[in-house]
Amino acid sequence: MKMATIKTATTLPMISALLSLALAVPLLFAQKGDSAPAKKDSSVYAELAKAPRKARTRRNPFERDPDAVVAGAKLFDLHCAECHGEMAEGGRKGPSLRADEVQQATPGTLFWILTNGVVRRGMPVWSKLPEPQRWQVVRYLKSLTPAEKSPQ
Amino acid sequence: MKSIKFRSFLDATRLHLILALVAAAIFISHAQAQESPYIVTYDHYLEEPGSLEVEYFSTFGTQRAGNDFHAFWAEFEYGATAFWTTELYFDGQTTFNDSTIFTGFRWENRFRLLQREHFINPVLYIEYEQTSGADKILKEVEGHDVESDYAVPNTLARKEHDHELESKLLLSKTLYGWNIAENTIATKNLTGGNPWEFGYAIGASRPLGLKASAQRCNLCPENFIAGIELYGGLGDRYSFGLHDTSHYLAPVVAWNLPSDWTLRLSPGFGLNDDSHRFLLRWGVSREFSGFGEMVERLFGGHKQ
Repeated sequence: MKMATIKTATTLPMISALLSLALAVPLLFAQKGDSAPAKKDSSVYAELAKAPRKARTRRNPFERDPDAVVAGAKLFDLHCAECHGEMAEGGRKGPSLRADEVQQATPGTLFWILTNGVVRRGMPVWSKLPEPQRWQVVRYLKSLTPAEKSPQ
Repeated sequence: MKSIKFRSFLDATRLHLILALVAAAIFISHAQAQESPYIVTYDHYLEEPGSLEVEYFSTFGTQRAGNDFHAFWAEFEYGATAFWTTELYFDGQTTFNDSTIFTGFRWENRFRLLQREHFINPVLYIEYEQTSGADKILKEVEGHDVESDYAVPNTLARKEHDHELESKLLLSKTLYGWNIAENTIATKNLTGGNPWEFGYAIGASRPLGLKASAQRCNLCPENFIAGIELYGGLGDRYSFGLHDTSHYLAPVVAWNLPSDWTLRLSPGFGLNDDSHRFLLRWGVSREFSGFGEMVERLFGGHKQ
């Protein structure tokens, strides 16, 4: 097998420059934007209030399905724990999902947030998860114990 | 002769698979991807912010008036933000009874245009390519790309240097588990006075199971996504249309493993005499979450 030689004089510097550009620019951009530590103030949860009324009143079809909590926990671990923490207590990128604002939100509101994401704040849309799986995640979130409030 | 061809195929595949695995093994953090099965078509989902997806793909193509080939490429896909994904490709190919060569690189960027989900979700795709005329990965088919273009021996084909600007409008929608995606392609070769060339790709796919099972499992139906792609060229600015263009129909399947790997397979079939009769594509990928943070920490960012 012949392995043709790469024209090192021109191609390699070009590749190095492109590689540096392709990685450095997005990383710099990310540092200033999405990967900033999740703020603990309540404005993080303001997006919940933006759910349309029709979306807020939707009922979870898995409300009475005990398996949905376990399946939802599995999905949370696979897709959400990286940002929101393994116990949904909040991570550097995502806020706590045990907070009152989340626990008091309707299942429909949480489903709407999952579906649409909060793109400006770095949460991607999760509509690529089929609808039943998003409802299973919501069922798991609503099964969590609310976080204890820290003394002011 | 057949055994030499097969050995070349294996050597090239092994080399590039090893490179992909070594790159993958460097990182520790991971998260399971829910990857689409498409190989040519793009849906509107971008890489999660801060995640790096390392991918390796192969295309085996039959060639009527020439030697069959095995083209391969490595992809490094990074989610810069929730609305911007950037991706770097390195292409190569082995033409049986000829040679194995590096054929170029591509830098692709995808921008989500709307913040929320809508009835149709548009994404703008812009790519710069620096490839040789010997590039055979067929990641997209455009203009008057036809089978006979790929019969040129590598020594001649690689003398042609292309600098291309490729733009796509990606439209996609997911409903009742089905994803429908349509990509319109417009490409301009910046070398010489080449006209704008056009192409299309259409895909539809659905997970085999919509509800997740309670256990972690490799063979659960929800881990498999099956679908079909249709793609081809639409001529150029001066001769827009279907004449002297090639078109393919390709079933696709992806297997998203709980161990964070995704495998894809797609046999493609040429739909007219200007198309390769058969293209067999496969790919393996792994997503690494927290790549951005890891690099940040290396450079002293976000001290806790």
